[in-house]
Amino acid sequence: MEPSRKRSCERVPRGRATPHPTGPPRARRVDKSVIQRECGVLKTTYEADMGLYPLPIARWTVAAVAVLFFAVIPLTLHEYYLSVANLVWIAVIGALGLNILVGYTGQVSIGHGAFMSVGAYTAANLANRLGSPWPVNLLAGGLMAALIGAIVGIPSLRIKGLYLAIATLAGQLIIEWTINHVTFISGGVQASIEVARPRLGSMVLDSQRDMYYFLLFFVVLAIVGTMNLMRSRVGRAFIAIRDHDIAAEIIGINIFRYKLLAFAISSFYAGMTGVLYTYFLGIANYEQFQIGVSIDYLAMIIIGGLGSVLGSIFGAIFVTLLPIVIRYTMEAFGGVFFAPQTVLNLIPNLRLMMFGALIIFFLIVEPEGLNRLWRNIRSYFRVWPFAY
Amino acid sequence: MSDDLSFFFLLMSNGLLIGLMYSLIALGFVLVYKATDAINFAQGEFVMIAGFVAAGALMVWGAPLWLAVTLALASLVAFGFVLERVMLRRLIGRPVIAVVMATIGLASILRGVGPFTIFSGTKPLPLPIRDEPFMLGPIFIPPIQLLGAGVSLAFLAGFGWFFLKSRKGIAMRAVADNQQVAMAMGIDVERYFGVAWAMTGVVSALGGILWGNLLGVDVNLALVGFKVFPVVILGGLDSIPGAIVGGLIVGVVENIAAGYVDPYVGGGTKDFAPYVLMILALMIRPYGIFGKRIIERV
Repeated sequence: MEPSRKRSCERVPRGRATPHPTGPPRARRVDKSVIQRECGVLKTTYEADMGLYPLPIARWTVAAVAVLFFAVIPLTLHEYYLSVANLVWIAVIGALGLNILVGYTGQVSIGHGAFMSVGAYTAANLANRLGSPWPVNLLAGGLMAALIGAIVGIPSLRIKGLYLAIATLAGQLIIEWTINHVTFISGGVQASIEVARPRLGSMVLDSQRDMYYFLLFFVVLAIVGTMNLMRSRVGRAFIAIRDHDIAAEIIGINIFRYKLLAFAISSFYAGMTGVLYTYFLGIANYEQFQIGVSIDYLAMIIIGGLGSVLGSIFGAIFVTLLPIVIRYTMEAFGGVFFAPQTVLNLIPNLRLMMFGALIIFFLIVEPEGLNRLWRNIRSYFRVWPFAY
Repeated sequence: MSDDLSFFFLLMSNGLLIGLMYSLIALGFVLVYKATDAINFAQGEFVMIAGFVAAGALMVWGAPLWLAVTLALASLVAFGFVLERVMLRRLIGRPVIAVVMATIGLASILRGVGPFTIFSGTKPLPLPIRDEPFMLGPIFIPPIQLLGAGVSLAFLAGFGWFFLKSRKGIAMRAVADNQQVAMAMGIDVERYFGVAWAMTGVVSALGGILWGNLLGVDVNLALVGFKVFPVVILGGLDSIPGAIVGGLIVGVVENIAAGYVDPYVGGGTKDFAPYVLMILALMIRPYGIFGKRIIERV
């Protein structure tokens, strides 16, 4: 290597995303264009590889999506559709949290429904006993769930795989039972506690549109939080543990600490989900957080794609909308095959069956989920019409 | 004998008999895990489907008992074979969560299927045995539990013999031990995977008939599947004697807990106590009482 180039290399400050000074000129041209997409991997630095916005067009895409979700959807859609959107937002946060644990760290949890209930009841009790405002309740619910989640995660230090799945299942059943049977926690009749609507200053957020913005704020927070977490040292440690735990330990990752941290962060998301769901419904009820919910969220991340942020979002949308689509379809066409009364009874069962079939289908046919399908479509159109 | 003591004995005897019936279902789980390393989260649903078939044949179709039992056995064996071929064989070599979630998905499908057939309500599953319990001093024993315990013991002994002595059983143990070596020794590994699932079908069919008689046949019959996990974790996932001992422990513990704790907390201890016990077992002895100590530590 000639000395002049070497010197120019040294002058580049470390940790900056400046393109390599003597690198291919193409890299600069890409940086200036707005709509151009890359047609291969042209990254020359780690920083470029880690960037949240790989190309300028990504900025524009994000801006367009933001306009769509912050302005177009809430201002045009009917209240009912907004309530559906709100359910989706709540599910997105929970799915992101579960994906941090299952998809990125590789630890199974069948107990996330219970962690959500921990958050929900913590917030509901605080709100009703102390009258604390919602930011305090939200944070407290998340932290409490993180604590309980970390405790349930302790067995993960000694056991893994199937054993961990069963241990978290036990956690789910034990937490469910405890909340249901300890009146100090479950409070009122039928183990449910009513919660007042959240307030912003003097404004009460009681319409679906208000809730939409309220929830969307936390969704954005959760998405950005997860993406940044996975770019950090902690996230890389999670991924190393998932890919090979013993190798991770050998390169100096404290497995105990990071596994518990994964459980805690994931449960924090779950607790937030529980609190937000409680505020959305106006009531905390353990029936909303039974084992079926844990399985729903696992289905979301499997259908969406394990270990991907976009996959969690796709999965949450898909699994939340599925029962609604089934209900409409059955109400429209179910009468052809069944008596009207049986149609109503069949809807939940049809949902169960579709659900199971989809989980199995994705596991066998496309283990990387909707996220992979999306990437396939995108990369097809990226080079279209020259697909060679 | 004082009342307290006879109450205790009553709980114990009931627990032991029910425990053996848990063992029967847990045996289905152990068989599959032993041979194929797959985890069946749909074991309870297998039992439920067997109950559906038997009760349907008996009550709706009006078939004689022997035909109903044969039908249940045949359909579950066929189901086990097909399931292995269509679903589980494609998941070999995938992470644990894939198999766990696939069987959870299967459980979901099976639970939804009932109301599409003739099963929307609860159906009884009568067996030609007497209803009045046998009285043994202060202890009374329902005949169905006695029958269940007998069938369980017979099957556990039968499978014990099968694995220890018969040629096929030894081949299955070889498959369980190391699939590649078994293949190199000329054992048709995939066929034995199918056989293992079919054997689970047999056990589940009998479990479904016995439990269906005890509880009535509807979707809730699948909930007995939740008892399988404490049983197999306590006994050891891959051990047939473990299934018996785990079943007995779970049966006794849940009965004692329900008898003495329920009055103070208002019910539900039966489902709760075995899981607490299981968590303790996972902390102290994760591979169970009789399980192989190959659990991978990190």
